[in-house]
Amino acid sequence: MCTWQSQRLEASGAARGVTDWMRVTAVNVMYDHPVSAPYDHALLLDFINPSQGVGARVGIELSARSARELVRAIEVALGSPEAKGDLKQQSTTEKRSVHEC
Amino acid sequence: MKGALLAEFVGFAGHRSDVIEGYLARPISDAPVPGMVLLHHAPGLDPWSQEVVRRFATEGYACVAPHLYHRRGPGHWADVAAAGRAAGLAESMPNEQVMGDIAGAAAYLRAQPDSNGKVGVIGFCSGGRQAFLAACDVPTLDAAVDCWGGSVLPQPASEGRPASQGVIKRAGDMSMPLLGIFGNDDLNPDREQVDEIERVLTELGKDHTFHRYDGAGHAFFVTDKPVYRLEQALDGWQQVFRFLDRTLKGAE
Repeated sequence: MCTWQSQRLEASGAARGVTDWMRVTAVNVMYDHPVSAPYDHALLLDFINPSQGVGARVGIELSARSARELVRAIEVALGSPEAKGDLKQQSTTEKRSVHEC
Repeated sequence: MKGALLAEFVGFAGHRSDVIEGYLARPISDAPVPGMVLLHHAPGLDPWSQEVVRRFATEGYACVAPHLYHRRGPGHWADVAAAGRAAGLAESMPNEQVMGDIAGAAAYLRAQPDSNGKVGVIGFCSGGRQAFLAACDVPTLDAAVDCWGGSVLPQPASEGRPASQGVIKRAGDMSMPLLGIFGNDDLNPDREQVDEIERVLTELGKDHTFHRYDGAGHAFFVTDKPVYRLEQALDGWQQVFRFLDRTLKGAE
């Protein structure tokens, strides 16, 4: 069923996007010097698809505080019964996939 | 006209003759000029690094910044840099490759018709460490400037990062004057680490001058980040150009 539960949080950072949907196959996460966000260090998130070249990237740079709030909001979203059910199922799928490798 | 310059992206032969991209700015002048190789910081060949390249041209240097992540491309510099950073320093900028790119950049600058034959190197952050190593590994250079280069000393292994011996082990091979610029509030290198680097260079009798600033941390020249420190940066740049004017232009 639809959950219709959305949260909006104030955030501070920068983003670099793509013009249309892209398939995401990996995420890089680091806390380091940002390129654009006005901080000395920031949480850097890159949603990427390396098989499509380095331009297949949605890059996000968030202040530490914004990143912490985002983590909290994600945890709230993942607390829904639907998410819990999917997590259980996907955790089994992932284990099977690792095992098959 | 003093201050007139030309800036553009160029290609030149780097390590193993790979043609790599670089950002070049040179003064428009009849007089012979020295060259500078600029090594960008970890975020890549970003607008600040390009601004500094142009600054060198206004000060009478032909300056080229090799795009050290170039081999991760093609693509927008920020995407190429992101791919390089995700792969880690050792894989995206191995020392041997960077030294080859620096030697290639120096040869490119010397080949320009207005070159006075002298070429120096300056690096920031990870580029500072690379400039230190270049002073020991690229004897065709004439001077080196290390701006807050971290991990010059041996580093213990930490999460996701193997232990390293540090480029200080090559200090005995240093063949040119070195200028160091450091903020006393920096964590890498911190005060004790800068003391130790200075001790090793003094013991080896290497020509070096370090300027260390109170009230400044890492990357305090970087104008588009909160870490910028106006007063310290102004003095730091003055020290950089005084050193380079002496070593590359023959000024007293």
